[in-house]
Amino acid sequence: MSPDTAAIRSSYAPAPGHRYAVGDRVRIKGVFPPGHRRTPWYIRGKRGVIERICGAFPNPEELAYGFDGEPAKVLYRVRFAQKHVWPGYRGPDHDVIEMEIFEHWLEPDEGEAP
Amino acid sequence: MSGPFDFYAKRPHDHGHEHDHDDHKPESEAEGPPSEFEILSRAMQELLEAKGVVTADQIRRRIELFEEDFPYRGGRVVARAWTDPAFKRRLLEDGRSACAEAGIELEAERLIAVENTPDVHNLIVCTLCSCYPRALLGMPPTWYKSRNYRSRVVFEPRAVLREFGTLLPDHVTVRVHDSNADMRYVVVPMRPKGTENWSEERLAGILTRDTLVGVTVPQVPGKE
Repeated sequence: MSPDTAAIRSSYAPAPGHRYAVGDRVRIKGVFPPGHRRTPWYIRGKRGVIERICGAFPNPEELAYGFDGEPAKVLYRVRFAQKHVWPGYRGPDHDVIEMEIFEHWLEPDEGEAP
Repeated sequence: MSGPFDFYAKRPHDHGHEHDHDDHKPESEAEGPPSEFEILSRAMQELLEAKGVVTADQIRRRIELFEEDFPYRGGRVVARAWTDPAFKRRLLEDGRSACAEAGIELEAERLIAVENTPDVHNLIVCTLCSCYPRALLGMPPTWYKSRNYRSRVVFEPRAVLREFGTLLPDHVTVRVHDSNADMRYVVVPMRPKGTENWSEERLAGILTRDTLVGVTVPQVPGKE
């Protein structure tokens, strides 16, 4: 059984104008810019589903270099199927991995669900 | 602590050289000269003290809290969630405000509590560094910070769980959380059978650090 996402609400920092909603299918940008990035390499280019909206937070890619991190960026939790993230994954199809991804790392995923 | 949880601490080093560490060497000799960051931190503290911003005793007290109180907070919070369903719901909705309600100030930390069920087992890691809910669980254990745990638990969580003595049937979904940005995580384990009449304090006793990270599940003593 897949974990239930519908019931999860977030009451952290508000995220006005968020582009994606819970349940939306997204793709993590497959780009490799230099600098301080909180998007793990292994998830770049992978496709998942928005699990919850965490709020808006100062941009760590700016904070890391002494700037104020403004404007804040909307942070999401994205859920991925392990079998999609790791083609050689040894475990059942329903295992998942989730992580936090800032909005500017996301793009809509129009294709078939992975 | 001895037992299966030392597995990662005892793994060979991965910093590019082969040698035996002398476990009996006194700490003072093993430390070597202070690093650049230690010197920076010391200088910062001395300046803050000189300017009257903080006192040495306040800093000492803070370190003491990290070691003496923080590691037990997570168990207390989850024990309360086990005995109070309304509190559990609030904890799952907003970890930080539920902790505040329980008298635990998490300061800047945003906490996401994730619940284990008969169908889902949750497991926490930070692959990028070693983000950890310090205000709730104290300082992270050595294995949590190890490259071995951080790199393997994302792609072979079931193998890593097995090494911790945790065997999960295939019908249970393993849900790994990479704590890679602003959120911190705590697992709300399933309350074991046989604890129905236990007090919160007694329940907190089986909610060990490792159960709240998700590498193991709470055990009722004598029933293993």
